[in-house]
Amino acid sequence: MPEDKKRRRGKPTPKKTPMREREPLERIKHFLEVPYGYSPEEAVQEAQRCLMCPRPFCVEGCPVEIDIPGFIDLIVQKDFLGALLKIKETNSLPAICGRVCPQEDQCEAKCVLSKRWEPVAIGRLERFVADYVAEHALEPPPTLPEPNGYKVAIVGSGPAGLTLAGMMAKWGYKAVIYEALHEPGGVLTYGIPDFRLPPEVTRREINDLKKLGVEIITDFVVGKTATVDQLLNEFGYDAVFLGTGAGLPRFMNIPGENLVGIYSANEFLTRVNLMKAYKFPEYDTPVLKGKRVATIGAGNVSMDAARCALRLGAEESIIVYRRSAEEMPARIEEIHHAEEEGVKFHLLTLPIEYKGDERGWVKKIVLQKQELGEPDESGRRRPVPIKGSEYEMDVDVVVVAIGQVPTPLIHQSQPDIAITKWNTIDANYETGATTKPGVFAGGDCIRGAATVILAMGDARKAAYAMDYYIKNKNKPGIWEELRSAKESFVPKREVSAEEEEETEA
Amino acid sequence: MPYKILKKEALAPQIKLMEIEAPYVARAARPGQFIVLRIHEQGERIPITIGKADKERGVLTIAFQEVGKTTYHLGTLEAGDELLDVVGPLGKPSEIDKFGTVVAVGGGIGVPLLYPIVKALKEVGNRIIMIEGARSAELLVLEDWFRPIVDELRITTDDGSRGRKGFVSDELRDILESGQKVDRVIAVGPAIMMKVVSELTRPYGIPTIVSLNSIMVDGTGMCGACRVEVDGKTMFACVDGPEMDGHKVDFDLLMKRLDAYKAMEKESLELFLKTKEASNARG
Repeated sequence: MPEDKKRRRGKPTPKKTPMREREPLERIKHFLEVPYGYSPEEAVQEAQRCLMCPRPFCVEGCPVEIDIPGFIDLIVQKDFLGALLKIKETNSLPAICGRVCPQEDQCEAKCVLSKRWEPVAIGRLERFVADYVAEHALEPPPTLPEPNGYKVAIVGSGPAGLTLAGMMAKWGYKAVIYEALHEPGGVLTYGIPDFRLPPEVTRREINDLKKLGVEIITDFVVGKTATVDQLLNEFGYDAVFLGTGAGLPRFMNIPGENLVGIYSANEFLTRVNLMKAYKFPEYDTPVLKGKRVATIGAGNVSMDAARCALRLGAEESIIVYRRSAEEMPARIEEIHHAEEEGVKFHLLTLPIEYKGDERGWVKKIVLQKQELGEPDESGRRRPVPIKGSEYEMDVDVVVVAIGQVPTPLIHQSQPDIAITKWNTIDANYETGATTKPGVFAGGDCIRGAATVILAMGDARKAAYAMDYYIKNKNKPGIWEELRSAKESFVPKREVSAEEEEETEA
Repeated sequence: MPYKILKKEALAPQIKLMEIEAPYVARAARPGQFIVLRIHEQGERIPITIGKADKERGVLTIAFQEVGKTTYHLGTLEAGDELLDVVGPLGKPSEIDKFGTVVAVGGGIGVPLLYPIVKALKEVGNRIIMIEGARSAELLVLEDWFRPIVDELRITTDDGSRGRKGFVSDELRDILESGQKVDRVIAVGPAIMMKVVSELTRPYGIPTIVSLNSIMVDGTGMCGACRVEVDGKTMFACVDGPEMDGHKVDFDLLMKRLDAYKAMEKESLELFLKTKEASNARG
């Protein structure tokens, strides 16, 4: 390790540098972002906690392999622009990822410090760097590559589509994104609330991609406005990437679920976030504001919905979840924020019926207590109903947040793009290759609902595979090669001699 | 990309026709499909049925009734103005086949949507009896569209100012009771009309197709605002429909869900009309 870098190796302290936040009782009155982010001093202080491991496990924990010690070292040197450019080598959405990635399961989970103490706050540092550079307008315009004459179409402008588009554009491809909604961003725009990811942050990072030459066409539903075949044959694209997400809401199919006042999480969040229903009547789209709102499910989307309900003026916002606190799939940070704000948790509780009034509006949920039995196929203990434990809860709005499945529009309009029995697009996870030559896919549409960063990881792999495909189109058996690949085409990270040395030692 | 209004015409009090430039949508549109449009940045997304789609010119013709804030606002726009968003064509296209004799029943906002369906059905050799109804003669619209493409056009008005005094269902009942063979009925209009029509044809076992006008947000299957129960199963009108088997639709549920935002819709419309009045007074 170079001497100067060694010198900058930090003195670890047990705790992360705290990030200041708005007070819970203040913040539930509006939709402004909850954390303030680090100041430069706080960021440098936190960066100094990094041990600069020669073999950084944190990078292995990152689906897009950001050079984490590299950017943290630049923060220590107060070169914040350098730090951002380092991140942007593999991640074009740092302000977004710094806010919504589950770092505790990824980079930070692998941080050596976390064996004894709290890990380095990698997410907060990533966010700081992106915000600081944007706020001070430090980033120079990108140098555009020589166009290589190829063009690719991307379906969906969520995290996967944006990531792939950015990479292809950097390599000289013309990248055109087709988005069904009127605003790009996918789940970042319609799903994640303003207080967790302000829309201007999403817009800013999308604008940075546009500066690279990425074109975004909104109001265009591939599968309806034009098919994938048309994109390939009439529009003349050399390849297509599907990043269509998991947009179809799931319901429980229990009696009364279609009563007025029962929303899918998608509808509730789309009304509130994308359509700005919290500003009704300044904005036209209404949303029913309940006094007592129940959200079914305990994932991140559920926490978002329950917290939106409070901000819309609910006196009580209640999470109803059939398993126990331990099994809740939401990030700890999100559960913690929801608790701070006064969201209540009814655990080991399953809705079995909804009851309404004569106008068809929901009034009550019939709930049944559960106990945990043997682990199910997900490894989590299965909830078992307790007979005779049924009781009723008064509600006036319910949000069903039990998950989403991929939209069937692509497969319906293009049956040669096969789907699996879980309705996900059949694609090779290492290359994104689908059953139709020239068509790649990644993100939630091949995984079912997962995370922003996993979608971006898929997109990165698909970008390398797409580049290889376009440049080797005439190679016999090219598609079979991509379909059956066991390893991705992403270049391996170089392990330096010094890393080898330290690892051996 | 803004969508230009090329032509605007008042068809009747509070019913307007518009031609909108939307080349991709016009090119892909098939009978029975709809668009979702948004006028401006603060606007809501509303579904509107496609009347005509001119593939060569890349132009859609829509006709709409001013009932809520957005349709009122739309009615104030003129040729040369632009809409912020037009997306489509959405929903499944109509099933077009040679059925024999088809009775097309249209009321109010449903009439424009019937045009492409009836035209396509006629082109494959069906005999078409069209029943068009309205509250009074001045609200009957688009007759000139239908005259050339139907075998019979029957008119009803609630007040008897044109055609038969009564409802479209009265006319349909007469046709059914006359014993003439009807192979299919297609009803497009207010939910209550489609319900009555479906009840009338049920005892005769005549396949009856209705096009549902549920509340929608995205229109692509993402939100579920438009969910309806068909044969006891939950369906999304936007992607599973809009056309459904009228004998299996729970119309009472549909009507309750259509009323979900009534109070807020009223508030929004009153605010719009008040603001408009104030700006007219100033102007």
